[in-house]
Amino acid sequence: MAYERKFKIGKPILEVNNISLAFGGVKAITDTSFNVLEHEVRAIIGPNGAGKSSMLNCINGIYKPQQGTVSFRGQVVPNITPNIMAQMGLSRTFQNLALFKRMSVLDNILVGRKLHTKTNFLEVALQLPKVKKEEKLNRERSEEIISFLEIEDIKDTPVGKLPYGLQKKVELGRALATDSSIILLDEPMAGMNVEEKRDMCRFILKVNDELGTTMVLIEHDMGVVMDISDRVVVLDYGKVIGDGTPDEIMANQKVIDAYLGVEH
Amino acid sequence: MKPVFMTYTKKDLINLAVCMVLSVLIIPTFIKTEYWYTSILIPWLCLALATIGQQIVMGYTGQLALGAAGFMAAGAFAMFNLILRVPDLGFVGSLIVSGLIAAAFGILFGLPSLKVRGIYLMVATLASQFFIIWMIDKFGWFKNYDSSGIITAQDIIIFGKPFTTPLAMYFVCLAVTTILTLLAMNMARGSTGRNWMAVRDMDIAAESMGVSLLRTKVQAFAISAFYCGVAGALFAFCYLKSLEPVAFDIKLSFKILFMCILGGLGTINGAFIGAAFILLFPVLLNAIGNNVFHGAIDATIISSIEQVIFGLLMIIFMIYEPLGMAKLWENLKQSMKLKLSSSGIKGVKSTVLKK
Repeated sequence: MAYERKFKIGKPILEVNNISLAFGGVKAITDTSFNVLEHEVRAIIGPNGAGKSSMLNCINGIYKPQQGTVSFRGQVVPNITPNIMAQMGLSRTFQNLALFKRMSVLDNILVGRKLHTKTNFLEVALQLPKVKKEEKLNRERSEEIISFLEIEDIKDTPVGKLPYGLQKKVELGRALATDSSIILLDEPMAGMNVEEKRDMCRFILKVNDELGTTMVLIEHDMGVVMDISDRVVVLDYGKVIGDGTPDEIMANQKVIDAYLGVEH
Repeated sequence: MKPVFMTYTKKDLINLAVCMVLSVLIIPTFIKTEYWYTSILIPWLCLALATIGQQIVMGYTGQLALGAAGFMAAGAFAMFNLILRVPDLGFVGSLIVSGLIAAAFGILFGLPSLKVRGIYLMVATLASQFFIIWMIDKFGWFKNYDSSGIITAQDIIIFGKPFTTPLAMYFVCLAVTTILTLLAMNMARGSTGRNWMAVRDMDIAAESMGVSLLRTKVQAFAISAFYCGVAGALFAFCYLKSLEPVAFDIKLSFKILFMCILGGLGTINGAFIGAAFILLFPVLLNAIGNNVFHGAIDATIISSIEQVIFGLLMIIFMIYEPLGMAKLWENLKQSMKLKLSSSGIKGVKSTVLKK
């Protein structure tokens, strides 16, 4: 590709070190390590049950791995929780949509502005001038995101009433509203048609390109993965079996075996 | 360009103006019978306020809590003791401090919400109901060692002026309720309310956006208990005019829960609609009993019928309109608008066709 990146790929922003996670006796992830570089689009792929979503949940602090650590900008994060990761600048979307169903699209995205909201409930109750000012800024940023994602016409609709593809877009919007430096996307294109997928790819690349946001995504559509990601890590049975550029991965015999099956 | 953010739309201001004119000018001019103030309007305002408290924790934050009457008792007895022991605070000051004392209990009994949810949380919050009533009964200090069990509430004196007539007490309740309702609306529409609803709809996603579950839940319980506490103080001082723990039993908690659900979970105006319905419905049934059947039906049967109808309504609402009467009202307005606009379109069509 000949285009010049505005944000050059830099040092590792996120490192996963020797993570092992088990549910009872079932090992979901075994001694897995990989890193994510700043400003890159990193894909995690693998067959069903390979531990991809569990991996994101470990990074985000929803699951507590039995072993291993997660480092953010070179620092190991102790007592990792979703809240702490959000404060450090890591946002995410969920595989099975975790939107606030009874709230409007705009309100959902506004919740993403939580960490940019400093006023307390008393100030909000009294509607002090600084509350109005802050709310105005947050709304402007949310409206920007809404027009960027081209969902202006549904911004007042409760998200529970929207079709799946649009809900996925809203979830991306909510993650964007946090202004995080890294966003984890858990199957952002699952269940979408070709056109919706193309739109989603465009948004992901545009965010990465214009804001320099680091993107980590789990995806099943190989065409999409090979097309948009800078580097790919392949998991199978909770272990890394391949890590490299799309071209390297496509030539990797282990990966081919994992996907196509191999005679024993 | 249209301003991106305004707290109140024009419609809100019109609604507020209508409510104010109605409650401040029209009601006092046309309603002269004391019965309306002492038995309907004052309890309506007090219970609507408590229902707003219940709405905050249950309708907005999605935490199934049952024990509003316990916090009301805490507020009422705190008020009694503050006026008795710290007379310098004055009525308004005591009212605020009683709310804060109830809020402290709210924080304490809201803590289980961090570990348990749903019906189990409801059982855990029942503790507040029983503990607070037990505490007031057990320690004579709270009742100033009164042996009769029922204490008369002190007269309401605000800035040296006595407020003892039913109309004056109505205005006291109205003022407090109006201010607290506006504050609740500001919170519900602002970032505070969004955090509550985010926790209600999907707590794990809320946490991933940086919303602290601990802070948000405890905050909702505290604010809810504050509203209940203030409502309880008004309920005792303006409506009951006496203080007895039995008045704040579990039945009152259930009443407030019903007001909250029938009115519409997650709405502020629903609190007023629900409270009005639950208060007025027995009055209506009694009136029907007396005027249509001329007292042929026993009063106890009427009150049983009332329970049956409430129960049925709860089930019907839960199945067909979980968002309650506030939503029905919205739908009615919507369909009226549609009817008006569609008749307008028909008019246009016919004129176009004629041409």
